[in-house]
Amino acid sequence: MTGFALRRLLSLPPLLLAVSFGFFAMLRLGRGDPALDYLRLAQIPPTDAALALARAELGLDRPLLAQYGAWLADALRLDLGTSWFTRRPVTAEIAEFLPATLQLAGTAMLVTLAFGIPLGLWAALRRDRWPDHATRLIAFLGVSVPNFWLAFLLVLLFAVTLGWLPAMGRDGPASLVLPALATATMSACVMLRLVRASVLGALGEPHLRFAAARGLPRRTLVGRHVALNAMLPPLTAMGLHLGELIGGAMVVETVFGWPGLGRWALQAIANRDYPVLQGFVMVLTTVFVLGNLLVDLAYAWLDPRIRLERAA
Amino acid sequence: MRRLPLPLALGLVALLLGAALLAPWIAPHDPAATDLARRLLPPSAAHWLGTDHLGRDLLSRLLWGARASFGAVAAILALVLALGCAVGMLAGMLGGVVDAVLMRLCDAFMTVPTLVLALFMIGALGTGLGNVVVAIALSHWAWYARLVRGLTLSLRQRDHILAARVAGLSRLAILRRHVLPALAGQLAVLASLDLGHWMLHLAGLSFLGLGVAPPAPEWGIMINDARPFFRSAPMLVLLPGAAILLTVLAFNLLGDALRDRLDPALREHAH
Repeated sequence: MTGFALRRLLSLPPLLLAVSFGFFAMLRLGRGDPALDYLRLAQIPPTDAALALARAELGLDRPLLAQYGAWLADALRLDLGTSWFTRRPVTAEIAEFLPATLQLAGTAMLVTLAFGIPLGLWAALRRDRWPDHATRLIAFLGVSVPNFWLAFLLVLLFAVTLGWLPAMGRDGPASLVLPALATATMSACVMLRLVRASVLGALGEPHLRFAAARGLPRRTLVGRHVALNAMLPPLTAMGLHLGELIGGAMVVETVFGWPGLGRWALQAIANRDYPVLQGFVMVLTTVFVLGNLLVDLAYAWLDPRIRLERAA
Repeated sequence: MRRLPLPLALGLVALLLGAALLAPWIAPHDPAATDLARRLLPPSAAHWLGTDHLGRDLLSRLLWGARASFGAVAAILALVLALGCAVGMLAGMLGGVVDAVLMRLCDAFMTVPTLVLALFMIGALGTGLGNVVVAIALSHWAWYARLVRGLTLSLRQRDHILAARVAGLSRLAILRRHVLPALAGQLAVLASLDLGHWMLHLAGLSFLGLGVAPPAPEWGIMINDARPFFRSAPMLVLLPGAAILLTVLAFNLLGDALRDRLDPALREHAH
């Protein structure tokens, strides 16, 4: 198990290195002259002398690889540069905004599991009866609804009409409920479908039919033989859900004025604030990759076939 | 919802597509014509769904919004399929170093959450509907390249392809005449399952103000635009969202129906 974990962990640095270079090159080669953006954000008139100075200061006159090398050397010391707009270190801003986004995405993940797994199990065990039909309809609507629009609906019902929950801001657990629900709905519905399909698959296995033929009560069958086995496919899907939830959180944040990375990134996009853009995409990619690593490790721990197969 | 027939899904998509195509002729008013004297009107005979905060006819704007959405989703579809097929078939057909390099490239693209990648791309390319379309396509093509590569690899070993090679057909001709047609069915099913997903990303990015500029009629930006009036005129937010929901529902119905019809073995497609 330790060997498997180590191998997986060691595969990450090359991948992150490659994507970080990809991002870096995309920003530099994307369009326009970064020096112009830099001067615009610093509110310096773009005279020839100022442009030349900015290019030298930003290292834009050097080859792309040299520029990237300089960025990487700094990044390895956890220095992601300074925002061209706010003039603050990018890492300081990430430290300020990331926790709120992670809190929202993490809570949404819990909501996804708390709704998706029991409802999926229920639907599978009551196949073709009303719980199955009802959850299928809900799931179908749930995967089709735009999260930011659902957020407005939730605000209209629970904040404006009923006055139960706050409509804006990040102030205590109550303010987390609506943003987390809006962010999680799509993933919860995908999870529901996956768990249902997985449980139905597990119920059809030969050893289960044998156990049923032996006269084991249904509760024992489901509890002992189905529930855990059927959770493996949904578990692997959690990695992908994490990506969707992080992305979804960016959008939903803006509806609730949630002080996360979303608004920060939007500002950086509007300003073409290169260090912030690079920092934003790197930190969320790292979170995503580490989340997937955890999922893989959990999977390998639960299912010895995986860690043995990859060792071979 | 199971076994909702294909004709129903097709009918719903056709209805929405019809609204998009015919918007210039069936929209009762000019979607951009403002009239501050007639702002925030409730539904009436002249304005079936009422007017917005600048006195523009909401129904007309919704119909025109369908044009923007369908056009953008069609462009995403074309880009994803073109890129995915080109890279996937190349990797599968040539193998070796080319395959290894292209697949690592796919891995790199799949390392980043799709919406985060799209946001970053818009940062690098600039805002605007065209760039949003490119950003969404670039954040989704890798899955298709992977799939096409796998299918190409398995096809390459088939007898009729081997025979074509022995007969001296070039690799390009084999790809075009024998591989691509064989992939088309499965790609159609997969793509139809993803249309709704792309539509949601498009709406989200547009809602964030990264797509078309505000005066243009587009559903996502209409919702963003109407936010200040949300409490007094919630319909300005709710109706464009309902249009998005209906479109995504139609796409998802179509995808499910096509899958049931053409490829029952293809199960819950992740992401």
